[in-house]
Amino acid sequence: MSERRQFCTFWMGQRLYGVPVEEVQEVMRGQAMTRVPLAGSAVRGLINLRGKIVTAIDLRKGLGLGEERIKGPLMNVVVSNKAYTVSFLVDAIGDVLEVSEEAFEDVPETLQGEARKLVAGVYKLPNGLLHVLDAEKCVQTGDSGRKEAAE
Amino acid sequence: MQIEELSGTELAGKIVLEGQVHGESGRGRVCEKPSMGTKEKNRKNGAEGKKQAVARPEAEQVKEEGMGDEIVREFLLESNENLDRLDRELVSLEKDPRNRETLSSIFRTIHTIKGTCGFLAFGKLESVAHAGESLLSLLRDGAIELTPERTTALLSLVDAVRQMLGSIERSGNEGGRNDGELIETLKRLQKDSEVKEVNEVKEKKSPVRVAVSKTENGEDAEHAEKREEAAGPPKQLGKILVEMGTVTPEDVAYAVQKQLEGDKRSIGEILVERGMLKSQDLMAAVQVQLAARSAVSESSIRVDVVLLDRLMNLVGELVLARNQILLHTQGVQDAGLAASGQRLNLITSELQEGVMKTRMQPIGNIWSKFPRTVRDVAMSCGKSVRIEMEGKETELDKTIIEAIKDPLTHLVRNSVDHGIETPEKRVQAGKSEEGLLLLRAYHEGGQVNIEIRDDGAGLNTEKIKKKAVQRRLITTEQAERMSEDEACNLIFLAGFSTAEAVTNVSGRGVGMDVVKTNIEKIGGTVQVQTRAGSGTTVKMKIPLTVAIIPALLVTSGGERFAIPQVNLLELVRIKEQNVEKRLERVQGAPVYRLRGQLLPLVNLNDELRLEGGKTKEDGGVNIIVLQADARHFGLVVDQVNDTEEIVVKPLNKQLKSIRSFAGATILGDGRVALILDVRGLAESAGILDVRHEEEAEHELKSEMTDMGSPEKQSLLVFENRAGSRMAIELSMVARLEEFPRESVEKTGELEVVQYRGKIMPLIRVEGMLETENAGTKNAAGERPVQVVVYTDGELTVGLVVEQILDIVEEKVVLQQPAKRPGVRGTMVIQKKVTDLLDVMELIRMNRGKESVVGEG
Repeated sequence: MSERRQFCTFWMGQRLYGVPVEEVQEVMRGQAMTRVPLAGSAVRGLINLRGKIVTAIDLRKGLGLGEERIKGPLMNVVVSNKAYTVSFLVDAIGDVLEVSEEAFEDVPETLQGEARKLVAGVYKLPNGLLHVLDAEKCVQTGDSGRKEAAE
Repeated sequence: MQIEELSGTELAGKIVLEGQVHGESGRGRVCEKPSMGTKEKNRKNGAEGKKQAVARPEAEQVKEEGMGDEIVREFLLESNENLDRLDRELVSLEKDPRNRETLSSIFRTIHTIKGTCGFLAFGKLESVAHAGESLLSLLRDGAIELTPERTTALLSLVDAVRQMLGSIERSGNEGGRNDGELIETLKRLQKDSEVKEVNEVKEKKSPVRVAVSKTENGEDAEHAEKREEAAGPPKQLGKILVEMGTVTPEDVAYAVQKQLEGDKRSIGEILVERGMLKSQDLMAAVQVQLAARSAVSESSIRVDVVLLDRLMNLVGELVLARNQILLHTQGVQDAGLAASGQRLNLITSELQEGVMKTRMQPIGNIWSKFPRTVRDVAMSCGKSVRIEMEGKETELDKTIIEAIKDPLTHLVRNSVDHGIETPEKRVQAGKSEEGLLLLRAYHEGGQVNIEIRDDGAGLNTEKIKKKAVQRRLITTEQAERMSEDEACNLIFLAGFSTAEAVTNVSGRGVGMDVVKTNIEKIGGTVQVQTRAGSGTTVKMKIPLTVAIIPALLVTSGGERFAIPQVNLLELVRIKEQNVEKRLERVQGAPVYRLRGQLLPLVNLNDELRLEGGKTKEDGGVNIIVLQADARHFGLVVDQVNDTEEIVVKPLNKQLKSIRSFAGATILGDGRVALILDVRGLAESAGILDVRHEEEAEHELKSEMTDMGSPEKQSLLVFENRAGSRMAIELSMVARLEEFPRESVEKTGELEVVQYRGKIMPLIRVEGMLETENAGTKNAAGERPVQVVVYTDGELTVGLVVEQILDIVEEKVVLQQPAKRPGVRGTMVIQKKVTDLLDVMELIRMNRGKESVVGEG
């Protein structure tokens, strides 16, 4: 049997995205946010995560998603590793899915632009596709604020 | 000021918590193990890495895996501490070469290192230590005397040992050092012609010392060490016995003599056998000795700084949570909840204080290195310098201690190298040959003041000016107009060095400006004063801690921001009807005329591109006068909220690049607020820019005038109803408020207003002082009451004044002593006679009134 991996999944627009479950620290309902002026458009603000200040990142634009979103409060998917703790703002939380490595495929060549960097690949599910995000790259989209601010 | 991820850089090393036995106050005291340089620390940080390093195969000396690591690590830690003590003791021994106690302690330390090295099979280290030990044993026995040459050799021994320890820590072996020469030197120094007859040494000696000095020169170290164990630390048995009054010093001397003659028994045994001591008494003394030993080891533990930092962060969170709970309990009518809230409040405050304390370290920890530094520098430039310290126990946060270590070292070196003259020159100038370097530290107004004073030749201000002009740091005209003090502070400008010859110690053109930048980075200030011929003093003011800072909260564009108080000069509010008149424009750039000077204005909303969410209460304009480097500018915000003590948190990496923010904090309501970086803000607004360099210099100059006279104080000048001018120190003023006349209420004879949920008593200045009776200018009946809010700890009172006139920087020189109670004296401010008030006295007088009311 091939290896199986678990992903924490969530919805943005009509698409299903996921990050490896071991990278997810927690999932929270929308939090009070403080805007960060001059930061890149992906940075939506700062939230207070039990005393830790965490940057909330909205990947919508980078992933080429429109304004259309699922109703309900924004959810925070807090992704944490040694180097950083960030929160991705998503529309709704899905299940934790276990998928087989066999179902994995790279993104098609036709996908260009920023989204190509952010999406590491897709898993073919029986009823659709699971887009796996490259958390590291997603965090870096927050950096683009530097260039924008410098201009 | 960009706030770095604190935990990354400062944690490291270990902290020793000392308990009741040592701390005078009974509270825990922290003394960091001062031995480790930053680099070493970083290495320590990766405990994992180190473990591996030590256990590498070529480290053949580590015989037992795992077990060996532990021992080696303990050995390194302990030895590093010991080496620092050695440095200190050797230097102090040089001054008092016959101090047997110091010598013994040095001997013991070296011996311990040697012993452990032997055990762990660090052969090189052992042979070096052995050579030193042999020399020391001769010294201790008085066979030879301590010459500067010998001290230097011993100090280089300490350095060699330190290097090898560093190498062991890094790579697990002693490194490729060749210490043959050092060992040779140490051996040669044991035997050279300087060996003197000990009896020549004329000095009042205790019997013990006479006994010791009779020993043969060649007594071998092995023997000595046994004796050392008998008389081992922390307190000699003989001493305890004498203190207990059971034996006389002569008896002890006798016993020691016996021991030296080859008696292998302990002092106690000898005494008991001779019938000088009862065995019960001996048992009691041994108990005392053991108790002293265990008390030292059991009352202190080592704690990882990482853990302390985490505790500190958690306590910070607890403080915030407490603030939120208190906020909620205010609206709830539940006595039980209120009481619990109150208890939580108290406990949290105490806990916070306690945890802060664990991070506090006496400044003596870094000072303890200076005697060695001073000695080395003085030796290398042929000077003789004595170092004195006052206020060693003054405590500072560990982070701050780390941050000021290098600047202080630099200043100390500088003082010895450039400040103090050579002995010949000193004698010519009629001073003693030996120069004096005085280090002082003391608390003052929530800050720590550190002074480094030398009694050298002082700075040559003419030379400094010439140099500054040469280096194009100032213009000739500026130089001519400069005062002595201003000129002195030129040495802090970048690219300035007056040393004619570049020595290996200092004078490389970097230095003083770096010192200044580093001190300012942690929110401190530094200035220098000099008097030709009699010395130079460098004064530093350092905050106690960096983690929690007082800040002003403002709202702009619907968001709240915190501005560190360090940068804050004053607040100005322009009323709606005056905005047109008072806000002027230079080619479209807004400026405000502040006491005759044009103050450039920066609109925070524009600067941060904040749009929408206008939170302005009316059409008035709030200007926050800020200082960035030498420049002053006004920041226009929508709303000024309050001052609060905030816990500074670093920003995520991806936001650090935005220069306008120094960090973030969590406010009482749990929301995050950004902390403005005033310097960064000024830079992005173009306030700090090359184009403004000239003006900046001009500003710097006037700035330095202010800095030069430390007696200058900011005074708030106002007029009372009788029209006479009065002043109080601005530092006492919390806020200026306006109250509508009808909000003034009365309780008994006292006038009060409700202010921020509390009742604040009002003091009418003219009523309290026996001036012309109030009411001379009663026409202004409908005008709101102008109140100066004065806060001193829990105490808040409002001084009712007629009109605020100005804020001035003045030297407080009282022309006339006080004639009336409540007035400290009279002085001239802005060419007008002004009374300086004694607010505490006024409050007391007001209280008197209250009690009268109570009785009536």
